[in-house]
Amino acid sequence: MSNGEVNMAAEEVVSLEDVWVRFDGVAILEGINLSVYQNDFLGMIGPNGGGKTTLLKVILGLIRPSQGKVTVLGGTPERGRRFVGYVPQYSLFDRDFPASVWDVVLMGRLGQVGRFKRYSEEDKKAALNALETVEMLDFEDSQIGRLSGGQQQRVFIARALVSEPKLLLLDEPTASVDAPMMEEFYELLNRLKKRMAIVLVTHDLSAVSIYVDTVGCVNRKLFYHHSKEISAEDLEAAYQCPIELIAHGVPHRVLSDHD
Amino acid sequence: MEILQYGFMQRALMAGILISITCGVIGTYVVVRRMVFISGGISHSAFGGIGLGYLVGIDPVLGAMLFAIGSALGIGAISRRTRLPEDTAIGILWAVGMALGIIFIGLSPGFAPDLFGYLFGNILSVSFSDLIVMVALTALILVVVTLLFKELMSLSFDEEFAKVSGVPTGRLYFILVVLIALSVVVLIRAVGIILLIALLTIPAAISRQFVSSLKKMMLLSILLSIVFVVLGLWLSYVLDLASGATIILFSGVMFLASLGLSRWRRRRLSSTAS
Repeated sequence: MSNGEVNMAAEEVVSLEDVWVRFDGVAILEGINLSVYQNDFLGMIGPNGGGKTTLLKVILGLIRPSQGKVTVLGGTPERGRRFVGYVPQYSLFDRDFPASVWDVVLMGRLGQVGRFKRYSEEDKKAALNALETVEMLDFEDSQIGRLSGGQQQRVFIARALVSEPKLLLLDEPTASVDAPMMEEFYELLNRLKKRMAIVLVTHDLSAVSIYVDTVGCVNRKLFYHHSKEISAEDLEAAYQCPIELIAHGVPHRVLSDHD
Repeated sequence: MEILQYGFMQRALMAGILISITCGVIGTYVVVRRMVFISGGISHSAFGGIGLGYLVGIDPVLGAMLFAIGSALGIGAISRRTRLPEDTAIGILWAVGMALGIIFIGLSPGFAPDLFGYLFGNILSVSFSDLIVMVALTALILVVVTLLFKELMSLSFDEEFAKVSGVPTGRLYFILVVLIALSVVVLIRAVGIILLIALLTIPAAISRQFVSSLKKMMLLSILLSIVFVVLGLWLSYVLDLASGATIILFSGVMFLASLGLSRWRRRRLSSTAS
């Protein structure tokens, strides 16, 4: 890596040390060790039910690990999450909810505004900027439920960006995005990665191969070497199926050669 | 309009405006956050407090307030801190509260005057001291909602995201259920424990079909509620029917009409768009 020195000095935004999550005695995550640095754009792949979403929720402090240590921006997840932007997989909001795009984006500022206070000019400016970044400024007065899935997703990204986070966590963000918008969406992430660390959970392997800088694979255990290459052994271990099935159609620069 | 000369009618109209403000504001949260069943549980369990009031000789409304707040906190605690499903907890508190009320009333000496009024409401019997309680509680509800408006909106819209943004969602949820308990108390005298759930939900359910912001939904719900209460009251006077039940039935009919109207409106919008 050409900027190796810069990278060495990069601030560690997330650190997981031997993190285990069990529900009713069943292990969902086993012995996870993970470091995410401030310039990282990490793609997290893995089979459905493999614990990708759980891993994000551990970082957000929504799920408390059964054992192990989680540090987000030098503190607990609860303290750190003010500086974390989160785009959930499904937003289970009511399509008829009476809120405009503007209302929804401003909600992302709640960690910055004092309690009992109104949104300040600064909050409103941040909301304008975030909407501009995702190119949804024209829709600020629209009711959120009336937008298409892809447009809603952009609004939720704006809601995550409006707090000017140091870490952006996205959970299957392309699930409701139509194909033509997909490329645009990844270009957006590409621009954002200069400003923040990004962790992208996805099953879209081709996107991972093109856009992200490093790849991890989760299935109870995490296979991650802070590089863009995952060994075939790791992938087979994670997906528990022969590599041809997973790697079908994936440019082989993600996968290192068998040796 | 000679009926307006009567003191009881003036008090009834005043009460109507107060319950409409409460229904418009809290009913909006009840509807958008789907807390109708919780509200039903809180209001019915308040009957235990009515019975306690008769038994120990305090104002039954005060007893109802204690029970409503107690059951609101109870439902909140059970659903947040245990793995018992929320609707199970509500169902249990609902019936236990009512059963306690019946036992308390059975144990109290003599008969229970105005019991029917607490169950089904009698807006014409609202006293001056009832009005003072209603004014105080409505003011309290408005102050809390104004102070916590954006937090309550984010709790209602997407609780998980609210939590991630640093909103203390646990405490806020308790505040919201206590606000519902206080609204129950405001509504008891006018429409009664059993019927109040309709007035809490119908105006908000109608408004939601026509507006796109939480504030507008509250304002429209308040207006609709005032119309329903005043016209319902007038109908009950003209037709000589029970006031609480007439107000509720009138609201129910208007709700059905609103469904038709919003369907027609949507069809018209889609035909002009195409």
